[in-house]
Amino acid sequence: MTAIPSDSTSVVPSETDAETRKGAIARLVRDPQAVITGSILILMIIAGLLANVIAQHDPNEANLYVVNAPPGTEGYPLGADQAGRDILARLLHSINTAVVSALIGASVALVIGTAFGLVGGYFARLRSMTEWTFTLIMTFPGILLLILLMPLTGGDYRATMLIFGVLLSPGIYRIVRNMTVGVSRELYVDAAKVSGVTSSRILRRHVLSVVRGPIVIATAFLCGTAISTQAGLAFLGVGSLSIPSFGAMISEGFRNIGLAPTQYLWPALTLGVMNACIVLFGNALRDTLQGAQPKPQKISVAHLAEGFEAESGPNAAPALLSIRDLGIAYPSPSGELNEVVRGVSLDLKPGETVGLVGESGSGKTQTAFGVLGVLPNEAIVTRGSVRVDGTEILGAPESTLRKLRGDVIAYVPQEPMSNLDPVYTVGSQLVEGIRVATGVSKREAKVRALELLERVGIPDPQRTFKSYPHEISGGMAQRVLIAGAVATEPKILIADEPTTALDVTVQADILDLLRDLQQEMGMGIILVTHNFGVVADICSRICVMKEGEVVESGEAVDVFADPQHEYTSMLLNAILDEDTVRTDPPVAVGQTSGGASR
Amino acid sequence: MLLYSARRLLAGFVLFVIVAFITYWLLSFSFDSVIAARLGASATPETIAEVRADYGLDRPVVVQYVDWLAGVFQGDLGRSFYTQEPVIDAIPPRLFVTLSIVVPALIIATIIAVFLGTFAASRGGGADKAAQGVMLFGYLVPNLLIAILLTVVLAINLGWLPATGYVRFGDDPAGWLKSITIPVIALFIGGAANIANQVRGTMIDELRKDYVRTLRTRGVSARTVVYKHALRNAAGPALTVFGLTFINMFGGALIIEQVFALPGFGTFSFNSALQGDFPVLMGLTVFGVGMTVTINLLTDLANGWLNPKARIYA
Amino acid sequence: MTTPLLEGRDLKVSYPVRGFRRKPIEIVHGVDFSVAPGETLGIVGESGSGKTTIGRAILGLALVTGGSVTFDGRDISHLGGAARRALAKDIQVVFQDPYSSLNPSLTIGATLAEPLIVQGWSKEAATKRVLELLDRVGLPKNAAARLPREFSGGQRQRVAIARALAPEPRLIVCDEPVSALDLSTQAKVMELLLDIQRDMGVAYLFVSHDLAVVRHISHRVGVVYDGEIVEQGPVREVTEQPEHPYTQRLLLAAPIADPLLQEKRRAERARLRQVQHNQDVQAGAA
Repeated sequence: MTAIPSDSTSVVPSETDAETRKGAIARLVRDPQAVITGSILILMIIAGLLANVIAQHDPNEANLYVVNAPPGTEGYPLGADQAGRDILARLLHSINTAVVSALIGASVALVIGTAFGLVGGYFARLRSMTEWTFTLIMTFPGILLLILLMPLTGGDYRATMLIFGVLLSPGIYRIVRNMTVGVSRELYVDAAKVSGVTSSRILRRHVLSVVRGPIVIATAFLCGTAISTQAGLAFLGVGSLSIPSFGAMISEGFRNIGLAPTQYLWPALTLGVMNACIVLFGNALRDTLQGAQPKPQKISVAHLAEGFEAESGPNAAPALLSIRDLGIAYPSPSGELNEVVRGVSLDLKPGETVGLVGESGSGKTQTAFGVLGVLPNEAIVTRGSVRVDGTEILGAPESTLRKLRGDVIAYVPQEPMSNLDPVYTVGSQLVEGIRVATGVSKREAKVRALELLERVGIPDPQRTFKSYPHEISGGMAQRVLIAGAVATEPKILIADEPTTALDVTVQADILDLLRDLQQEMGMGIILVTHNFGVVADICSRICVMKEGEVVESGEAVDVFADPQHEYTSMLLNAILDEDTVRTDPPVAVGQTSGGASR
Repeated sequence: MLLYSARRLLAGFVLFVIVAFITYWLLSFSFDSVIAARLGASATPETIAEVRADYGLDRPVVVQYVDWLAGVFQGDLGRSFYTQEPVIDAIPPRLFVTLSIVVPALIIATIIAVFLGTFAASRGGGADKAAQGVMLFGYLVPNLLIAILLTVVLAINLGWLPATGYVRFGDDPAGWLKSITIPVIALFIGGAANIANQVRGTMIDELRKDYVRTLRTRGVSARTVVYKHALRNAAGPALTVFGLTFINMFGGALIIEQVFALPGFGTFSFNSALQGDFPVLMGLTVFGVGMTVTINLLTDLANGWLNPKARIYA
Repeated sequence: MTTPLLEGRDLKVSYPVRGFRRKPIEIVHGVDFSVAPGETLGIVGESGSGKTTIGRAILGLALVTGGSVTFDGRDISHLGGAARRALAKDIQVVFQDPYSSLNPSLTIGATLAEPLIVQGWSKEAATKRVLELLDRVGLPKNAAARLPREFSGGQRQRVAIARALAPEPRLIVCDEPVSALDLSTQAKVMELLLDIQRDMGVAYLFVSHDLAVVRHISHRVGVVYDGEIVEQGPVREVTEQPEHPYTQRLLLAAPIADPLLQEKRRAERARLRQVQHNQDVQAGAA
């Protein structure tokens, strides 16, 4: 359990909402990417606001004497265009046009998308209506619509951006709707409802606080999209000639490229820098608000610690599987290695079942993954040796492991549904595994797969073979996974909580199946579990794990009868056995009474 | 699957009818101003009403729309107010020009994106960083600027490719290829970045799922796990971006056509809008909406094919 | 026996199906039950049996499509809006998953104060009450200023219990409150629940898949199978001399943590399965 430091006594039952927001801003200010891009954007906006102060001319004031004047001309620092207008003045006013475009486009999208997203996400009954609305909006042909509606908008970029905001709103809607659906499925929302909290308060307090971050990020990117779209439309010619904008300036400059090759460069450069800053700022915002993004998970053999050397014990170990002093660690945020498996040793003989027992966080599953060579990418093997049927697997290449897997060692997972690929039929997944391990033809593999399905007690193998995983029950899925694991008659079976996700009646059947298969094939089984009932049912030996170490191991009968380690005794005592029946009667309200239950 | 397709098709049809109506209704607000502009000095309320009546634009909007829609189903989109050319003949050649840069760009973008996204998600580390850098570049610069930059460098300065103009495929296939090369490059960069980012994200999620580990314990190779299993699972979410990317690319194409003076949809629709040529505008709407409906239908069907679960919820 | 606090009569509950004009699917097909003040009724069943749905119907979180739920003599099966919210001071809940049942961005104090504040408590009074509650469930005072992520599963479940206790309810629906916890933590949380009940006389409707847990905490037990209560009665009777074949099967399927006893139970289960199988065959032939 997490210890709670008792240094503070302040009790302020107000939300740390404001604090976390403050925290995010503080982190943003420390991020150089955010600071640099943010400052450039702010400087640009200020320059735009001060356009009339900085530039000496009105953006539309044409002076025939300075037509195509080069940069550095008196009063025209960036030169003048082919109509003799001050390029600097036009550029600064274009910034204003861009900023207004971004404001209109983004805020329309934001208001519509957020409102509908919250409503559609929270009130399930209204969802089909909101979904339909946004499918409709997404059917409008984007920028083409903006052009087609020119007779209506008169080309006014503000009206155009208003419509564009509507076209952008599905993006926001989808983010908000998805997150709202997610949050409203959370039990804390149910608990709030039960506590008498009104829907509007739930939306404000519980939903909006979660949705806020992603909305802020999306808004940054919306601004970028609005600005470049406005520029594009103006480039095409949509818009009033008297409104300076990047697009119009680029268009004019581009047409004039032969005479004054730098004219298109200024607006293009400003637009490019502005857009790049928005994107980079948006990325920085995402990193600070959403924290660490999930990292890619490379499929590879386990990483070994530096200077790792497999323990070279006596080679003549008769065990089928021999684990010696295995250590597995994960790097902590500060970079140090934090061992979750600390020197586990274990032997498995053919035909026996060893129960690896412990509470959550004891390292039992990590040990199992280490033996199979499928540890997550971040894991590092720090020490020890794992010999599977005589072959050292720590440090062995993936090709060696692939040969062992399926042939010698197999795995039955905990959660049956998530361990089947949802897009392939049950049959094709079994066939694939059989063919990889044995190289037989597709037809032979299918025959074998059907035999296996029948063997594991599936009533209609033909139908299950053709079913997709979502079409079968959890108990059936677990039978399919067991069929896949024993398809090639492996010598070792690693079963990681194989019955935890199942109902207790199904659990009993699955345990019977494992026992039968073991007798048939003579497999050694390592069964990872937290359930002592399961251990008592199927295991001949036990290893009790606590915080990454094996604290006690021995014959199952002995350990249950006479536990040596106090942790084992504590666990055994915590079990609610048959005799624990409640005996004290209900107390009348207001009275108190004792009455222990044992 | 058949029922699913039929339902999708029906939904697409209904969407088309509604979206076209909204466009028509919005445009109807500008009838007076466009007619006034056309009449110029002779525009009075009476003359405007007269012209409206001539074109049948004085009836209730719904009636006009139903009338128009009936024509559409008979393949009649009316004639241009200005050139008297049948709209149904005017649009396809221009659409072909635009699609001839959008479709190659979309195909290239998809291929690059799937490769780049999968590469980044399955390799991690330095490869991922590099791939993300490439994707970021695609986001940073608006495609209009890329188009101009490429034109200035490749066409004007180096003279490798034509800067402007369109060569019809039938006239000179090699010339056609040259004429679309720069527009296609300018277009696919942003789209590729968008799709690649999505593919990378969903692939990362997929590769962390339990079934990936279980497949590995059966001795299935990493390559098969990534390309046969994870990628197919990741394709569904990526497809939603695919439809959006197509629409964005099409919009982008309308604009960058202008850079290369390509006689496509963009210039045509701009000129028609400027003139207030309503039959042409509505004809363009038919094709534009038809395209988005089709692409959404195709992505839905592809998703249903890739993901058996999606077929249930239609 | 006193008049029941909560009573379900021929209660039918359905889940709406997404989509236009699709019929809701009935999950619970007419169940009767009652809970007296200060009593625990255990509802035991397997996944998909509808046990959780019964609890959600009482809480107003699921759609009642037939029969009734009465609380304190008043029909509460179709209460809406304000009337339902007013019931919050009498009926509360503790959910299974201690991670999802606390808003990760609110402090423990804010979470605990929310039900009080919506009922019109002043901030000062709510703060004081939060401290009492924390004390009651065995958490330190400074927990109020911390976020859920700083706490273990067992501690979070204590917070959830404190939240349920906040308005001093007369009934708490406990939906698998200890299923997600480790064995040693599970025992402590159950002790706390028992302790609170003896102390305050609150009634529990205790939903669980685990017969051992239900046996430990319930006065009476109802066994749910496929949306119906197939057997109901005092805890000792139901768990020691079960009458319904499903209850018998359920009882024998749960393994005992003793290798020797478990071997006997396994044999017994195999025998029962054979007997029931034969009965099925005969019934099928008849």
